[in-house]
Amino acid sequence: MTTIGTPPKDYLLAVEALTVSFDGFKAVNDLSFYVDENEIRVIIGPNGAGKTTVLDLICGKTKATAGSIRFRGAELTKMSESQIVLSGVGRKFQTPSIYDDLTIFENLEISYPKGRSVWGALTFKRDQAVRDRVEEVSEIIFLKDKLHERAAFLSHGQKQWLEIGMLLIQDPELLMLDEPVAGMSVSERIKTAELLNTIIKNRSVLVIEHDMKFVEDIAHKVTVLHQGKILSEGSMQKVKTDPKVVEVYLGH
Amino acid sequence: MKTAPSFLNRRDMLALAVVAALLLIVFPALLDGFRLNLVGKYLTYAFVAVGLVLCWGYGGILSLGQGVFFALGGYGMAMYLKLEASSVENTKIQSTPGIPDFMDWNQITELPYFWQPFHSLPLTILLIILVPAFFAFVIGSAMFKRRVSGVYFAIITQAIAAIATILIIGQQGYTGGVNGITDLRTLHGWDIRTDSAKFILYFVNVVLLLSVVGLALFVRASKLGRILVAMREKEDRVRFSGYSVANFQIFVFCLAGVFAALGGAMFTLQVGFMSPSLVGIVPSIEMVIFTAVGGRMSLFGAIYGTLAVNFAKTSLSESFPELWLLGLGGLFIAVVLAFPNGLAGIWNDYVQPPIDRALKLRPKHQGDDVAKQAASTAPAE
Repeated sequence: MTTIGTPPKDYLLAVEALTVSFDGFKAVNDLSFYVDENEIRVIIGPNGAGKTTVLDLICGKTKATAGSIRFRGAELTKMSESQIVLSGVGRKFQTPSIYDDLTIFENLEISYPKGRSVWGALTFKRDQAVRDRVEEVSEIIFLKDKLHERAAFLSHGQKQWLEIGMLLIQDPELLMLDEPVAGMSVSERIKTAELLNTIIKNRSVLVIEHDMKFVEDIAHKVTVLHQGKILSEGSMQKVKTDPKVVEVYLGH
Repeated sequence: MKTAPSFLNRRDMLALAVVAALLLIVFPALLDGFRLNLVGKYLTYAFVAVGLVLCWGYGGILSLGQGVFFALGGYGMAMYLKLEASSVENTKIQSTPGIPDFMDWNQITELPYFWQPFHSLPLTILLIILVPAFFAFVIGSAMFKRRVSGVYFAIITQAIAAIATILIIGQQGYTGGVNGITDLRTLHGWDIRTDSAKFILYFVNVVLLLSVVGLALFVRASKLGRILVAMREKEDRVRFSGYSVANFQIFVFCLAGVFAALGGAMFTLQVGFMSPSLVGIVPSIEMVIFTAVGGRMSLFGAIYGTLAVNFAKTSLSESFPELWLLGLGGLFIAVVLAFPNGLAGIWNDYVQPPIDRALKLRPKHQGDDVAKQAASTAPAE
């Protein structure tokens, strides 16, 4: 029911028979799913369903026990984390992962996709193109007037935006977001939804989220995970009415 | 508004000028030859401390084995000097003339192959840089690629320092053993034992140290400097922004190693010997303490911290030799508990603000905004 025969080549991301076991416990168990170009896919599921682990596997933070992850035909399971990033996958972590001791400008600049080797970083020039791009992004993430403040002084919501901005400047083809609106106030949520709607253009996005209202707003397709397996997959409407989903997840 | 700091901002230039004036003018004018040579010796440790600021303060990699790199540089220089002092002429009473005296005492009849390159001064200088860089690269690759970090890295580097000491002491015939390499005389025919030579070497040492600081300032101001800070804080974020974290760690560890080796080479030249007492765990940890006292985030603090601790050590250990180590330990605890940013932190918190205020009071009415902007753009050091 979840696998769709042999996958055609034009999927952006093809996850097949993916399994990872931690000391015998299978956090992700024989999982297969496919993400199209420009598709916004939301992964939902109860706690411990393996949602974050799936993102960890795709970005290389966790190594798969079995199975394959192909991105534009390239096998990601054999690459290092930085190679995966260079091939076009970006990841936002659940808790805001930014550099407190650096300024907003410097935070964004580090994610600018240039000078990533040791020599490149030593000789990196903060030229007009870099400055313009950083300012442009800082405007999108509502932090333009704080460019030269230390990131430590930002609020929780602003830190989330900063990390989203860091990914935006990195310009990945596949953007993975882990609970982008968790812990935000209502007004911050609205602004974040607006922000995400601008940055998801022309790229595929994989989002983990619990906020159902938010999911309905953005999802093209929803995948429901439960105990490391796919419980249901399809449009939000279809998933919402699936009795299995209602029982394990939406029911509470 | 300027966003791009050139690699020397105004504050750095001022600090560099002050430390250059102190080391190049004030000390030579005030101190006698003996004391000046002593300061020169202390300053060779400052090379290590400057490297540790980048490696530990910025990169978050605490190495408790920097003495090994200091020794690699120091022994390299000592081997060259020793070979020059062991000409056939000078050693004709030995059973094998032309090899260092300690080899002769250990019944070695031929110069070992790894001593051969040290006949040549250019090759020696090259090796003083390349050998520690190579060792740091091997150690760094072995550990950072496997994601060994923090306390584990510190313990392993400490073990390496212990191994190096045992190796040097054990291989007496090749290294001079526990006595080290002594009785060094000339550098390319120039007698380094005279007062005038020591005076000149002091200045060479200071200029080299200031160049190393300049290089470190350049690294700090580059994007690499900011990546070091970023790595220290959120290693994973850096990794998932497309950087190979291990390569950056290896680079900064190698750089700190080369800095330490340059210090070691200058130590040998100024003090006239090299021995395993400068290699092991205690000297390696002392060097970390110099850095901590100076402020581990401050390149200039590294110099002041090294000088301050060593002056204290010399004066205290002359009067209370047994108490000194306790004093050093107490100092380290005090710094960590009360002044985590060391002398530089005290300066930035208590001395700099009144000076800034005094300087800014006068033009206040014309440029309040400018001052505010400057305050917000200047990063806390």
